[in-house]
Amino acid sequence: MLKDWINKGRLKSPWVVHFDCGSCNGCDIEVLACLTPIYDVERFGILNIGDPKHADVLLVTGTVNHRNKHVLKNIYDQMPEPKAVIAMGACGLTGGVFREAYNVVGGVDKVLPVDVYVRGCPPKPEAIIDGVVLALEKVKAKLEAAG
Amino acid sequence: MGKLLLATLAVFLAPIVGGLIAGIDRKITARLQSRFGPPILQPFYDVFKLLGKAPMMMNPWQILTVWVYLLSSMLTVFLFFMGSDLLLIFFVMTIGAVFFVMGALSTQSPYAQVGAQRELITMLTYEPLIILVFVSIAMVTGSFKVSEVFAYGKPLLYQLPLMFIVLGYALTIKLRKSPFDISACHHAHQELVRGVLTEYSGPQLAIIEIAHWYDVVFILGLVGLFWATSAPGMIILLVVTYFAELVIDNVTARMTWKWMLQSVWCWGLALSVLNLLWLYAG
Ligand code: SF4
Repeated sequence: MLKDWINKGRLKSPWVVHFDCGSCNGCDIEVLACLTPIYDVERFGILNIGDPKHADVLLVTGTVNHRNKHVLKNIYDQMPEPKAVIAMGACGLTGGVFREAYNVVGGVDKVLPVDVYVRGCPPKPEAIIDGVVLALEKVKAKLEAAG
Repeated sequence: MGKLLLATLAVFLAPIVGGLIAGIDRKITARLQSRFGPPILQPFYDVFKLLGKAPMMMNPWQILTVWVYLLSSMLTVFLFFMGSDLLLIFFVMTIGAVFFVMGALSTQSPYAQVGAQRELITMLTYEPLIILVFVSIAMVTGSFKVSEVFAYGKPLLYQLPLMFIVLGYALTIKLRKSPFDISACHHAHQELVRGVLTEYSGPQLAIIEIAHWYDVVFILGLVGLFWATSAPGMIILLVVTYFAELVIDNVTARMTWKWMLQSVWCWGLALSVLNLLWLYAG
């Protein structure tokens, strides 16, 4: 019974920590737009939380470079299991227009296991919400696999 | 015997009531911001999810401190519904709050440290006021016992209207509502990262949340004391007070601790003295 409730909670309350790996700010503004009354992601229990230790989903925007990859890894390590990673925007997926720069590692998946990719430059808020929902479906599939 | 049953029942029901209040709180807050808001049961989902997360402690102290916090909050609710001594309840409540801060201080995170210092200052702010409220209740009813207050014939609100406002200040601080949410603000991401709560995660955070629900129930119980003679009056008083808290939370911005200390002490003490003088004169 308790386990059922816990699983239900996992699907109903994804707390997101948003990390900006040096994006142009375009993606970040779209993330914040999700919190405004028009999209109001709190309807789904999604909270933008500042503390990786409280978070369930790591939302990464921007290109990963050699300097901030350690920070990114550190934030990921501070999140307790179960957790999911969403890479956002052309930069988060591959490095985008910056991918050839000498300091750029590339997409987020070069450093972390990414669960969901959200395309766009920048992605629309609807796409971001879809991304979180998709991440939850993956979590659900994992939970069902684990029994 | 009946009292014991009531108190035990209250300890079991308090987290449910507290969680529902938190849910309604979030819903109304969202409506005030013209958003739709999360479902009423959202706080329960949050807590159950947190209970299922992998534990991640800085040190064993944190486990001890959150459990002491939870137990003392449960004990305050228990003692309150037992009709026990208000001062005893106050001391038990303080122990919980102190342990909660100690847990945050036991880690090395600067955010938790700053949050803990601020939490200590908030305690310093509301505790004298609550004591004054208790003293004035005792002056009117002639006893510190909750059961005697319930037995007192008239609503306390008639004789202690200003003390009720003072309790409102304490309530706002204890509920961590703005402008007094300086120690663990929900929204101060850049500045505090949840302050005292920074280093608590997973199950520990869930326990803190549940303990907070107990605190809310206890404080609403204190508010209820002011209209203990009739049930409808008490419910109206509780609803109006809580709604006022929500509105204040949404129309004010967070202030600094210095402002809090100055304004709350000045107003709180002034209102208390006025009310006590009035009691003496009357
Ligand atoms: S994907 Fe586009 S909008 Fe997003 S950070 Fe990169 S350049 Fe900016």
